[in-house]
Amino acid sequence: MIIRKRLAAGTCVLFAALTMGLTPVGASAADNPDGQPTAAPKVELVLDVSGSMRARDIDGGSRMAAAKQAFNEVLDATPKEVELGIRTLGANYRGEDRKVGCKDTAQLYPVGPLDRTEAKTAVATLSPTGWTPIGPALLKAADDLNGGDGSRRIVLISDGEDTCQPLDPCEVARDIAAKGINLTIDTLGLVPDAKTRDQLSCIAEATGGTYTSVRHTDELTGRVGQLVDRAADPVVNPVAVEGAEECTGAPEIKPGLYTDRETFGEHRFYRVAVAPGQELRASVSVAADRAVNKDYGVLLRAVTEHGREIVRGSEAGDGRTDVISTGLRYPKPEQDGDEAAAETVCLQVSNSYSAPASVKATPGLPVELTVDVVDAPSAASDVAAFGLGRGWWLLGALVLTGFAAGVLWGWISRWRVAVWRTN
Amino acid sequence: MRTTKLLATAGLLGASALTALLGAGTAFAGSGDSGSSGDDKAPTEAGTSFRTAQEVEQGGRATAGASTGDYLYWSFPADAGQRPTVKATVKLPDSAARPSGATWRIDVYDGLRRRQSCMYGTQSRATAPDATSVGLSCTLRTVRAWSEQWANDPLPGTYYVRLTAATLTPSDQGLPVSAEVEVTSKEVGGSSAVDGSLAAPLVPGSTTEEAAAASDDASDGENGSSAGQALATGEPEDGWSSGWWSDRWVWTAAGGILAALASIGGYALTRGTGRPSRVPPGM
Repeated sequence: MIIRKRLAAGTCVLFAALTMGLTPVGASAADNPDGQPTAAPKVELVLDVSGSMRARDIDGGSRMAAAKQAFNEVLDATPKEVELGIRTLGANYRGEDRKVGCKDTAQLYPVGPLDRTEAKTAVATLSPTGWTPIGPALLKAADDLNGGDGSRRIVLISDGEDTCQPLDPCEVARDIAAKGINLTIDTLGLVPDAKTRDQLSCIAEATGGTYTSVRHTDELTGRVGQLVDRAADPVVNPVAVEGAEECTGAPEIKPGLYTDRETFGEHRFYRVAVAPGQELRASVSVAADRAVNKDYGVLLRAVTEHGREIVRGSEAGDGRTDVISTGLRYPKPEQDGDEAAAETVCLQVSNSYSAPASVKATPGLPVELTVDVVDAPSAASDVAAFGLGRGWWLLGALVLTGFAAGVLWGWISRWRVAVWRTN
Repeated sequence: MRTTKLLATAGLLGASALTALLGAGTAFAGSGDSGSSGDDKAPTEAGTSFRTAQEVEQGGRATAGASTGDYLYWSFPADAGQRPTVKATVKLPDSAARPSGATWRIDVYDGLRRRQSCMYGTQSRATAPDATSVGLSCTLRTVRAWSEQWANDPLPGTYYVRLTAATLTPSDQGLPVSAEVEVTSKEVGGSSAVDGSLAAPLVPGSTTEEAAAASDDASDGENGSSAGQALATGEPEDGWSSGWWSDRWVWTAAGGILAALASIGGYALTRGTGRPSRVPPGM
């Protein structure tokens, strides 16, 4: 009896293990809504501690004081699932040597579960000191956030432009984003001048982040808090894939969310298998992560393996934009017979962005591709719903027909009575 | 005389039946303007991309603090027979540092991220020099239950709203603003009812399990990704409609009843009272 019980229990455990094992493992890392997040979102606050932070022009206090106060409040309000770190730039080196000054970036508090007291103590020790090596700090910050599948976010707070050219922080940001590690950089400028603003907004644009200029302490607190909270929002992260120039040899993709890069005037192919009786749904967005010319477009085509176009989606636009997107759907009709094989549909993604010659073309523009396959509906047979009608004309027509039929029937029966009487 | 009475009664009966049925029909199909609801959990944030779009209920109102230059995204569900209207207000701070030269714009995209045209409404508006707020609105075409794959008609599913500054002078960038978005919709009813329906509403990430399993069998490619991760989960209040109901059923049924009554009337008119009066009783 006991053995049987044990056996049953064992089977249960085995079954549970199997079920767990068989559950499709998300290549795209999303938080499961009921359990713990599969990967903690990581945020690194990167604070400029250069000499210019001494300026007393935010609500009468120094920029540094405003930043410290904002950090204290944000640390108190940080959601507990967020792994938060702090990095400084220009905090240690007081000298004039540019080479040394441009390496001056240090991790003040490592990325990990937050100990509020420790983090606050660390922030309190800061005093405005040296240079503004934004580029190197961003590179190091990206390294700090390595590991895990969660979304990553860098919040850069600076009051001046990068003093360590020729390494352009904007290019650095774009390169970091091109690594495909789901990293966003949000920038905040403290009482920025035009150059700082342009540079910080360029960094933000390069990674799909946001730029804010700050003139008051409460603005700073509110915005940093908002960005940290945003990191905690569960989001489905895309999987990196590399499309091919031709349909043959293009990567085969399953339903899901993908990301790729595509330079100006390039197109890429992907292959999706669609079984009869299924509907393919694909949408694509191509992001403008740099300065592009003001008119642009995107084209998504579904073609057969032999190159016949099935359906296309296209969109064009002008003016300021973050992405241009389009989509298509392709319901494949049911087929008779057993050998109803899945058809390989080639998805071609092309963009018609262009850029001034001064803009670097590599790495390419970020492409986001979503592919879904659902069971397709049968084709509709009639324009009207089930052939039904509506409206007063329909009613009138029906009444007239009915009346005419009644009159006719009445005559017939009259005639029959007359016939019956004469007989 | 009698026949006219009969006819009049029939007509009245038919008309009242139609009214009652139509009334029932609209009640069944859902209330006219979707009422205000969900104010208690109205989002106070906005997403910054399609993937992070904040979900808003119809009739609900979402607010967000943002900087000029941000791209703000919200999503809402819309079902067949509805004509959604998106209204957005951008509030500019009442201080010296406010974006003065910006043109604001809302764009609406469907679940396939295809841009949807506005039938009417001010989709983009330039900020007046001394304005403290900018109002925008966009009314979509009526959402249809089905359309051909080559068409761009609005279909049931998720809709995205993007609010942004379409033109912006560099000095206006990054200044604080607050935005408010409200989505309402009008039930258009049977006049837009069409045959057919989608297997699943156009909700991104809605890959059905059987389809996923089938495609797993069909391709064992390297690039695997799990199915069924909904990018949007918003649903209409009482679920997606199955698409078979429209008030056309009521009209057609009422028409049938009226036709039957009219035919009785016509019969009575020509047939007379049943027996010819010249025929003596008892024959």
